[in-house]
Amino acid sequence: MKITQDIKESTVIMTLDGELDASSSVILDEELSDPEIMKYSKILVDCRNLNYISSAGLGVFISHLQRFEDAQIKLIFFNMQDKVRNVFEILGLDLLMTIVTNYEEAITIADE
Amino acid sequence: MNNSIRVSCTKKNLKLIRDFVTKYLQGLALSDVLMNQIVLAVDEICANLIIHANNEDPSKYIYLTITEPKDAVQFEITDNGVAFSTHDYKEPDILEHVRVGKKGGVGIALVRRIMDKVEFTTKGDANSCLLYKKIK
Repeated sequence: MKITQDIKESTVIMTLDGELDASSSVILDEELSDPEIMKYSKILVDCRNLNYISSAGLGVFISHLQRFEDAQIKLIFFNMQDKVRNVFEILGLDLLMTIVTNYEEAITIADE
Repeated sequence: MNNSIRVSCTKKNLKLIRDFVTKYLQGLALSDVLMNQIVLAVDEICANLIIHANNEDPSKYIYLTITEPKDAVQFEITDNGVAFSTHDYKEPDILEHVRVGKKGGVGIALVRRIMDKVEFTTKGDANSCLLYKKIK
């Protein structure tokens, strides 16, 4: 799992590249736990190259969701592959998290 | 085709297991979504066995065997660790997980929603998990 961050003013674009399983999701948790991230009001997660997610990866997002919501930080996923989106849907997480088609849509929703 | 694999109990080996299952399933012409679901279900069980049942002890092993009953695919995963207690299992309340910031505890729910049959059995010190999925 490779995670890169691109900062644009109040927005972090986080690009996930690889597979998020019980082994690799620790890296994601470290990134999202970094106090620095709370300085931004929007976290846009580019999932184009996220090829796999297990419950461990989902669990990392679930565990940070309330904290971001309380701090009024918008967490938005975009470019998600169908097979990965399906895993969110099995648990109904697509109803609790914002998942949109592409970057343009993510920016529009983030700016609302 | 080789239908069984033995791996030592480290999380790094989960990728090895997923690749093995993916390679086996490739001959069955499944959709991307279904293939991913099945690989995920096996990965979740193996992760639980490696982390919880065997405490990530690399001197311990789990065994996976894939078979093809009529119109289905079946996985048997065995180990000698601490047995999974189906008795104590409760479906997770995802909203509560979000509220308290809980990281774990949704893996078995995924497996149960994906697979048509999930059975845990223990005989002596050997545990077995059987996963069955209709594919036609």
